[in-house]
Amino acid sequence: MRRSMLFLPGNTPNIIVNGEILGADSVILDLEDAVAPSEKDSARILVRNAIKMMGFGKCEVIVRINGLDSDYWQQDLNCVIPARPQIIMLPKTACAEDVRTVDRYLSVLEEKYGMEEGSVGLMPLIETAMGVENAFLIASASSRVKGIFLGGEDLTADLRCKRTREGREILYARTRLVCAARAAGVEVYDTPFTDVNDDDGLYQDAQYAKALGFTGKASISPRHVKGINEVFSPPVKDIDYAYEVMNAIREAKAMGKGAVALRGKMIDAPIVMRAQQVIEQAKALGLGREEA
Amino acid sequence: MKYTQERFTAGTLESSDAMVTVAYCEGENRITVDSVVQEQFGEAIRKTVEEVLHEMQVKNASVTVVDRGALDCVIRARVETAVLRGREGL
Repeated sequence: MRRSMLFLPGNTPNIIVNGEILGADSVILDLEDAVAPSEKDSARILVRNAIKMMGFGKCEVIVRINGLDSDYWQQDLNCVIPARPQIIMLPKTACAEDVRTVDRYLSVLEEKYGMEEGSVGLMPLIETAMGVENAFLIASASSRVKGIFLGGEDLTADLRCKRTREGREILYARTRLVCAARAAGVEVYDTPFTDVNDDDGLYQDAQYAKALGFTGKASISPRHVKGINEVFSPPVKDIDYAYEVMNAIREAKAMGKGAVALRGKMIDAPIVMRAQQVIEQAKALGLGREEA
Repeated sequence: MKYTQERFTAGTLESSDAMVTVAYCEGENRITVDSVVQEQFGEAIRKTVEEVLHEMQVKNASVTVVDRGALDCVIRARVETAVLRGREGL
């Protein structure tokens, strides 16, 4: 379960070595924006070694490679894939063909290194107007795609508007990505909140993203991880209610009843589906309970 | 492997990192380690460097490591990068 995904600059050992203890569900080892062009070679070797020899405990490892418009993306993959990162994040994904290009290259590398085909997942980073408009096609372009991720900073530059604390300028992109991801059956992750010192702003931004349907949210600061995890974890009252719903359904079935009511409200299919999702999340966080 | 008189560097002097410099030297590999944990890990760092040079079939290099408490995987990465930069520079 990815509630929080924390960016770590790929050429900074003193940050990378602490990756697994910073509380994030996933770490994103960044070979793109956080690395100067003159250090791309050293960053990819460091990232490869860190994944292979250090490990990140229970943290999922995502590597953000350089974009298809750069000279680096194939070298990035050649170097890091033998270390078997779980997910590759592709920046500035603009269309389905971008995903398929990387998909094909990953298949070649997986065969070369004796890995199961499709074992490396993909997370397209959508951060251009073209990418937003093609979001569903991107999300459904390959079975490798585990989720799509909104990049608000580059997107607002492309839209020629200013990024604000409230984020009204990215509302359309947010809702479009959530809808596209859900239609494609993949997860969807929100852009980082970039003011590291604004804890209230982070909390509000994360709650807003959750309310829109996002699965989780990325962060550029370890300081934001706790707040994001809190917002994207199901509250105890929601877990209680979900188990009550499932119990009520079971009891009604046992008694041969068609319609079920709980706390004076009819329980219909969407309520059951939501309850199942909450129980799945609770189990993934070790908050699951014995079902009657 | 051949080196010119040029020196090739990788890494930084930040905490948990190491700065590795590689240059051509005649004869055999020469390794110098200057570490904040010299007494405890100086020899282990030297062995790590030897291993990387062996894996990369480097035989005529002078390697200097200024270590700021880097993990083994970091030192390996910095040595490999410096050597590759040396190869690419020729």
